[in-house]
Amino acid sequence: MPQAIEFTINGNSVSAREGQTVAAALANLGICASRRSVSGEPRGPLCGMGICFECEVTVDQKPHVRGCQLLVHQGMKVQTGA
Amino acid sequence: MHSFDVLIIGAGPAGIAAAIAARKSGVKVGVVDDNLTAGGQIWRGAVPRKWTDAFLNSGTHLLAGTRIFDAPQQGLLLAKTLESLIELRYERLILATGARELFLPFPGWTLPNIMGAGGLQAMVKGGLDIAGKRVVVAGSGPLLIAVAASLHKHGAKLQAIVEQAFLSSQTRFAASILSQPSKAWQGAKLLWTLHGVPMRHGAYPVRAEGDGRVRSVTLSNGAKVDCDYLACGFGLVPNTELASLLGCRLNGHFVEADEAQQTSVASVYAAGEITGIGGLEKSLVEGTIAAYRATGNLAAARSLDRQRKTTHTFQRTMDVAFALRPELFKLANEATKVCRCEDVTLGALEPFNSWREAKLHTRCGMGPCQGRICGPILRGVKGWRDEGVRPPIFPVDVAALVQTSGVQAR
Ligand SMILES: Cc1cc2nc3c(=O)[nH]c(=O)nc-3n(C[C@H](O)[C@H](O)[C@H](O)COP(=O)(O)OP(=O)(O)OC[C@H]3O[C@@H](n4cnc5c(N)ncnc54)[C@H](O)[C@@H]3O)c2cc1C
Ligand code: FES
Repeated sequence: MPQAIEFTINGNSVSAREGQTVAAALANLGICASRRSVSGEPRGPLCGMGICFECEVTVDQKPHVRGCQLLVHQGMKVQTGA
Repeated sequence: MHSFDVLIIGAGPAGIAAAIAARKSGVKVGVVDDNLTAGGQIWRGAVPRKWTDAFLNSGTHLLAGTRIFDAPQQGLLLAKTLESLIELRYERLILATGARELFLPFPGWTLPNIMGAGGLQAMVKGGLDIAGKRVVVAGSGPLLIAVAASLHKHGAKLQAIVEQAFLSSQTRFAASILSQPSKAWQGAKLLWTLHGVPMRHGAYPVRAEGDGRVRSVTLSNGAKVDCDYLACGFGLVPNTELASLLGCRLNGHFVEADEAQQTSVASVYAAGEITGIGGLEKSLVEGTIAAYRATGNLAAARSLDRQRKTTHTFQRTMDVAFALRPELFKLANEATKVCRCEDVTLGALEPFNSWREAKLHTRCGMGPCQGRICGPILRGVKGWRDEGVRPPIFPVDVAALVQTSGVQAR
């Protein structure tokens, strides 16, 4: 069984399965939008493969991290909507 | 710094096959991939046994989670991981950078939960739970069927598979598949998996609606289908940015390669989807040939020429079968965003005559994806071509560049 990973999204404690990408974990928690576009539209993952940057989130205060190219890890702090 | 006799960019089927073949000469081989695991688009970390074993036992040095962003001088590439910058030196370079999906804009296409077909599949492989979710798979190409079958296996409720090409244009493709027993068997298995799922040929999405995420998609035949996800891709476009940066000549959209898989630049080879979209077998055989050629193993390379020719014939059949209909490039209206990074609408592009002009005035194509999504769209919708590629080919933050001693920012 994959281990449960505990971390936070926008300050809320959540959990996901080990080996999941941040983008997948967000979607599983019902968060469809990872970021806001320059005109304020909600946006979520498009390409799933690191090309489009629509899945960008802030991780441990590092902005512009592609959620589809990063696995969840214990204690990480994910911020959406930037 | 890392130095290799043969450096391969891309750990998809072409790159993996190349690594295995290059190592047969005992030279030092490195493979770089932006993804966290080897496997490329089709395998994504789940590389079939035969290839994993050979790859792992080959003694290849794998640099995963590493993305090439610049080629400042001959024999040198700069790469970035999440934490650091690295220099990679090579004697021979094999480009196996693969392809991405072609997206086409239609009203509503920027809503969350509308992804590429391969895009949604990649998300599911990344742990997205699709069980019980209503999914429409749309766009074009054999990938749609592969994706639909895989989503079905993961418990998705497929609402429809919508292929823009008419069934009549696919007869030759079907015939060519039937003439190859292994492909026919795979195809039959996929279709059996999907029996009962409504299959629409000659149709495409014209509008998506939702609030915060997609709720429904309207098709060109008038049908409105409710869904939780729309997986929509119109075929593949090659990732030629690095090849262009290195000065490799393109042939149409693809990297030009001769019978040795050699590009127009000395010591630089190209293999797989970047030389033409032809599926798994083409990538494997071209990767192998490129590596044999790069390591002077001419006889071994020559013995695969016929096999490669078969894959090229298959590629041409596929091009014809899934040629995109011109209507698809006219779905966006004035208010539809064409460049998603900078939110540039089709209407905002109206005054301009070239992408260059539009870039200056609207920033179209200048966001983080650097035109990878909107470039192919502008080509189809406006007839605009991208002129030249400039480094860095992926966004790199300047502070990181300057911090790294010895690596020169340009
Ligand atoms: C999203 C998607 C899903 C697909 N799914 C299927 C499927 O289910 N079944 C099927 O038959 N075919 C599928 N295909 C088609 C598939 O691409 C080919 O069959 C085959 O995988 C191509 O192999 P390749 O080695 O040429 O390229 P790829 O598999 O695309 O591998 C290229 C690799 O290069 C890496 N790369 C590119 N640029 C850089 C850079 N600058 N720095 C570092 N790394 C880089 C990429 O991360 C990638 O891993 C899919 C294609 C896409 C785009
Ligand atoms: S979904 Fe496109 S970069 Fe992550």
